[in-house]
Amino acid sequence: MTTALRTLTRTITKEDSGKMLEYDFMQNAFAAATIVSIVSGLVGYFLVLRGQTFAGHALAHVGFTGATGAVLVGIAPLWGLVAATAAAGISMGFLSERLAQRDVAIGIILALSLGLGLLFLHFFTAYATQATALLFGNVLAVDGETVWILLVLGIVSVATLAVISRPLLFASLQPELAAAKGVSLRLYSVLFLAIVALATAECAQIVGVLLVFALMVGPAAAAQRLTTGIGKGLLFSAGLALFEAWAGITLAFYTDWPSSFWITALSAGIYLLATLPRSGRTQRPARARYRPA
Amino acid sequence: MNAIEFRDVTLILGDRVVLAEVSLEIASREFVGVLGPNGAGKTTLMRAILGLVPASRGSIRVLGHPAARGNPAVGYVPQLRSDVGTMRLSGWDFVARVVDGHRLGMPFPGKAARAEVDRVLDLVGAGELARRSLSETSGGERQRLLLAQALIGRPRLLLLDEPLLSLDPHFQRDMVELVKALQAELGIAVLFSVHELNPLLGALDRVLYLGRTQAALGTVADVITGPVLSRLYGSEIDVVRLKGRIFVMSGGHDLERDAHRHDDGSPHAHAHHH
Repeated sequence: MTTALRTLTRTITKEDSGKMLEYDFMQNAFAAATIVSIVSGLVGYFLVLRGQTFAGHALAHVGFTGATGAVLVGIAPLWGLVAATAAAGISMGFLSERLAQRDVAIGIILALSLGLGLLFLHFFTAYATQATALLFGNVLAVDGETVWILLVLGIVSVATLAVISRPLLFASLQPELAAAKGVSLRLYSVLFLAIVALATAECAQIVGVLLVFALMVGPAAAAQRLTTGIGKGLLFSAGLALFEAWAGITLAFYTDWPSSFWITALSAGIYLLATLPRSGRTQRPARARYRPA
Repeated sequence: MNAIEFRDVTLILGDRVVLAEVSLEIASREFVGVLGPNGAGKTTLMRAILGLVPASRGSIRVLGHPAARGNPAVGYVPQLRSDVGTMRLSGWDFVARVVDGHRLGMPFPGKAARAEVDRVLDLVGAGELARRSLSETSGGERQRLLLAQALIGRPRLLLLDEPLLSLDPHFQRDMVELVKALQAELGIAVLFSVHELNPLLGALDRVLYLGRTQAALGTVADVITGPVLSRLYGSEIDVVRLKGRIFVMSGGHDLERDAHRHDDGSPHAHAHHH
């Protein structure tokens, strides 16, 4: 299936490069990328602000076990991903305080997750194709049904995020004060990581479990370099993620290089540009640009 | 009505008794400096007043009601976290998080919320600096923003946990003067914990000194004496008054200065207790 698509893409690129959107798989790819990048950009903004970017990475690794396990028992890998990341996200939320200084334990569990995923794939015949698609993503292989699932999951996670975003931000930025004002830090930690889990599972459909950082953290981190307001930050983050995903797929279509490569390259490039010191900014610190949200 | 009333309060953290059967009353509009060696329970006392640490025995009343989380009449300035200085968020947005922060919804403040943020920023004189990113502010400026956050909701009791920590002497003086002016202007009670008494000398009405599960509350002249502090420290303490400043000494060491240094990362932390 995947190989067929790639061959198809290659022929198209050579013969008819002007009609990218006339192909069903390209329409699906763009639809999926649109949904997923908006979700990733919004969730990622909070992830970066909370200093939990590593959590997104960790959840993706655990998701790999879930996805390969699902493939093994004959379920769509997306559901395995969702189940595994959600379970891991919720447990991480509950354990957040105890996990804080446990780099070694977390690292070992992450390695084990990939190892288990490898084992599950070993038992499955279409080994290499599946592994590559799960690890590095294959947005051109997303079918229409998956687009709908991504849309529903995306709406659930963004809607939940919208409802909890005010107390979540309070708890993220001033935990002691938030606790004193009656905000349950644990509740929001768990809810947020559950949202991150869904976003990670979505994200893995586009860029694969290993490259979730590119869509979830890169645009958000760049956005926070470009603006210090919350509303603008969220807008920039989602906008950059959307641009990187669309441009990545377009470039993949015309060059036949993997879209995940292009997305990671754009993500890194834009982050780098955003971190470059700008002369106007250091001299007049954000004064002219300031508007209360 | 008293701002704070402790009746035979015992506070226990884990298996450590922090306060044992302490009773005290702090009046509304009173400025009380909270002192004591590291680990004496200054932060725990404040967390108990906020309802975050339950009294194991006794009762705590705050502004006439039992201590409980989410009391809007209590403002709180927690110890400044180091990660605040790395946040790429404007001071304005940082302060605005507190307005209705406990309620579900989106983080976009309406007109009334924006006015409240501007009001508290004006109160602490941080209107200008709040336009900058937190990553471009100094420790003293961040402390000011924290104070602004604490003033949201018009509290009648303000708890400040070590707001002078790691500030330069002249920023310390600015901070104390600012809090004193606010206390007088707003007519509120203030609990202000410090490692060293001297910066507070001109501002405070009474001192609450904690040590070895006990507490002494009174004027500086009553509490900062050899006998009282010897009891709280459990060792022989001398109090030396020099040119309007007060030094608490044990065997020739200035205890409060030592204590202050420890939080700056000195490897000799806690050495003075022994």
